[in-house]
Amino acid sequence: MLYLKSLLIHLKGQMQYKMSFVFLLIGQFLTAFSAFLTIYVLMQRFHTVKGFTYPQVLLCFAVVLLSFSLAECFFRGFDTFSGIIANGQFDRILVRPRSAVYQVLCAKIELTRLGRLLQAVLVMVYAIPHSGVIWTADKIGVLVLMILGGVAVFSALFVLYAGICFFTIEGLEFMNIFTDGGREFGSYPISVFGESVLKFCTYVIPLALFQYYPLLWLLDMTDKVFYAFTPLIGALFWLPALLVWRLGVKNYVSTGS
Amino acid sequence: MKAYMSFFRIRFLGGLQYRIAALAGVATQLAWGGLYVLLYKAFYEADASAFPMTFRQVTDYNWLRQAFLTLLFVWMLDRETLESISSGAVAYEVVRPTDLYLMWFTKNVAMRLSRAVLRCVPVLLFAFLLPAPYGLSLPAGIEGFIGFFVTLFLALGNVVAFVMLLYIASFFTMNPTGLRVLMLSLTEFLSGGLIPLPFMPPLLQKILEFSPFGAMMNMPLRAYSGSLSGPALWTGAALQVFWLIVMAGGGRLWMGRALRRLQVQGG
Amino acid sequence: MIELQGITKTFRVARRSGGMKEAVKALFRREYTLVQALKDVSFTIGDGEMVGYIGPNGAGKSSTIKIMSGILTPDSGTCVINGCTPWKDRKRHVKNIGVVFGQRSQLWWDVPVIDSFELLRDIYRVPEGTYKRNCEELCETLELSEILRTPARQLSLGQRMRCEIAASLLHDPEVLFLDEPTIGLDAVSKIAVREFIRRRNREHGTTVILTTHDMQDIEALTERILLIGKGEILLDGSLEALRQRHAKVRKITVEYSSGTFPEAAGITPLEAAPGRASFAVDTDVLSVSQAIAVLTGNAEVTDLSVQGASAEELVVSLYEEFHI
Repeated sequence: MLYLKSLLIHLKGQMQYKMSFVFLLIGQFLTAFSAFLTIYVLMQRFHTVKGFTYPQVLLCFAVVLLSFSLAECFFRGFDTFSGIIANGQFDRILVRPRSAVYQVLCAKIELTRLGRLLQAVLVMVYAIPHSGVIWTADKIGVLVLMILGGVAVFSALFVLYAGICFFTIEGLEFMNIFTDGGREFGSYPISVFGESVLKFCTYVIPLALFQYYPLLWLLDMTDKVFYAFTPLIGALFWLPALLVWRLGVKNYVSTGS
Repeated sequence: MKAYMSFFRIRFLGGLQYRIAALAGVATQLAWGGLYVLLYKAFYEADASAFPMTFRQVTDYNWLRQAFLTLLFVWMLDRETLESISSGAVAYEVVRPTDLYLMWFTKNVAMRLSRAVLRCVPVLLFAFLLPAPYGLSLPAGIEGFIGFFVTLFLALGNVVAFVMLLYIASFFTMNPTGLRVLMLSLTEFLSGGLIPLPFMPPLLQKILEFSPFGAMMNMPLRAYSGSLSGPALWTGAALQVFWLIVMAGGGRLWMGRALRRLQVQGG
Repeated sequence: MIELQGITKTFRVARRSGGMKEAVKALFRREYTLVQALKDVSFTIGDGEMVGYIGPNGAGKSSTIKIMSGILTPDSGTCVINGCTPWKDRKRHVKNIGVVFGQRSQLWWDVPVIDSFELLRDIYRVPEGTYKRNCEELCETLELSEILRTPARQLSLGQRMRCEIAASLLHDPEVLFLDEPTIGLDAVSKIAVREFIRRRNREHGTTVILTTHDMQDIEALTERILLIGKGEILLDGSLEALRQRHAKVRKITVEYSSGTFPEAAGITPLEAAPGRASFAVDTDVLSVSQAIAVLTGNAEVTDLSVQGASAEELVVSLYEEFHI
């Protein structure tokens, strides 16, 4: 399979710089640490926020960080797409007989980004027994679903981001609210930010669909069973993202810029 | 001096050209600031008695930080400076009859100021228009007003002096990126970029307030709202002067050594 | 078979001007200018032809190549290459073409070249047998066996270019687009690359479209040249015919200390600087020695040179003729 072959190529390439690889991995691990420190300091002072305890917030933080780092590692091509346009690599992609999305996906896989993942796993290992959840098979299933849904939403955001690159490079900074902001603020269950932000993150950018709602179900704070399945709806965010991407490609081939 | 003025002008005009970028930047700043306000509101509702500052002081801190982000955050590095070190082009700079430390220092200050001029006005305006207690309030009296400006410029000096140390450190390490990223994210946390220092555990807060990290955004953002006032404010400002002299003086000496080393080793 | 008919392309470019006032104004309203990159471009290239596509920078060469390779959609006009419209059936079309951008690499930077080739095999879905055969043939003719295990970043420019060309031929394309394939290469590598392209064309009947600023490439490779300037095809003919047409013109450069030069039929002033002037002489009207006599009659000439038409000068005189 082409994707696996690309993955191997990237791995092989990055292993050429072993020291640098290790340094960046550690750097990524420690960089994410300040986000954890923030939660630690604030939760030590206030103990609960909107009814969530410290381990419960940590569980949410771990889910978001885990899915973000997975998405960032494997969808790095979209995340750094402005570079792919700028250096002409996208022209090359267009003269190859595969779909452009698939090729961009294969174009860049950065395993150093997994440094964050390591931290997410450690936090999760702490949070799982302390969150007060009785872990039955269905709860574990939903936790996995949350992570996968998170990967889907974040990767869709990266695709959206890449699609916007076709129209404006300058305006891109705004997308950081949803990607980096989604990671930073998504450390807390979205309801913390109030009703309107929750609505926005439910109907516009579906960040809440893979953390807040299923989390409520995990923590037995709701009896609405369908909350457990909202990550699936969140994954549908790929559709509008792909639409923007298509429009972008269309614009690119008609303006050549 | 004239050269620096025209450098500033070019940067400023360049910034104006990218109107969408400026607009997007302002919108991002606003959204980010708004989310912070909402987050602290939630914590305030959780336990108001555990708040070490008043809620208004926290929102003021928050909006001013968003408005003066480009002045006060360490991670605004100058790409040109970094490239000239990593590519070795810095060797040519030594030939010129200017003080390289002073030149880079001014350049970084100019870069930060020119970016801030464009972005701070809309953010401040928006924050002033928000209803109390979510928006930006007026400064805490004449002391807060003057204290804010004095400590803001001292903080800018401290931030740039600190960043200069990072640039110089890149001369000595084979792998500067990893170290730099790490230092930047740590400094962001320790200087109060993520949570104001009063929210930290008391001992850590005390230590940080005496350290160079406390001489950065901690000072102006708290002086404005009166979270720091009277003797505490002015001893803080004195500490800022102290750290500025130590970091800039030390940096200049260190840079001299770095450049001599560069000359000996031939880059 | 490549057929372009009435291809037109216009770009919208933001206008930016200096000054504080203008910059502030641009903050609210931005003005655009329309640049017509291609005006009614039509030509036909038969199977197995080698065509040199020349023109000054910004004339529309790369826009045409981009349209033919499916990267750019024209505003109007048709382009059919082996039965495909590039921008309509992109994937089907690009299976049949190979593209080399001289300035950009298509190899994966940090891994051995052979890994890049294998990945390309998978991207193009080349059957194993065909891949083996092509790879062996290319390695032999381009002398790649030694460098296949080297990471691309460690190759010299000449070695890399040979790998680039091999990479774009692994899938047996019928048409090969070469965008400045010899740029930056040393003389030996240039000759090797040219030799290979000629051989490929002869043995496989590959259609080759070549853009270049190096006229030796054109001389060595192509019988036919297409000249484009300001978005229009100005000339389409064999290099030989062009040479004959322009062989009639000589350039005489004169250095002088004093005096003037009379006007005469068949002598056209090209440049004039104090103490130095150059003229184009039409040998149909008067001979070179007659021209020299005319030019030296009224002036104190210190030095004089006569230049014929190399391919390089041919192009210069073409650019002059068409004012591009």
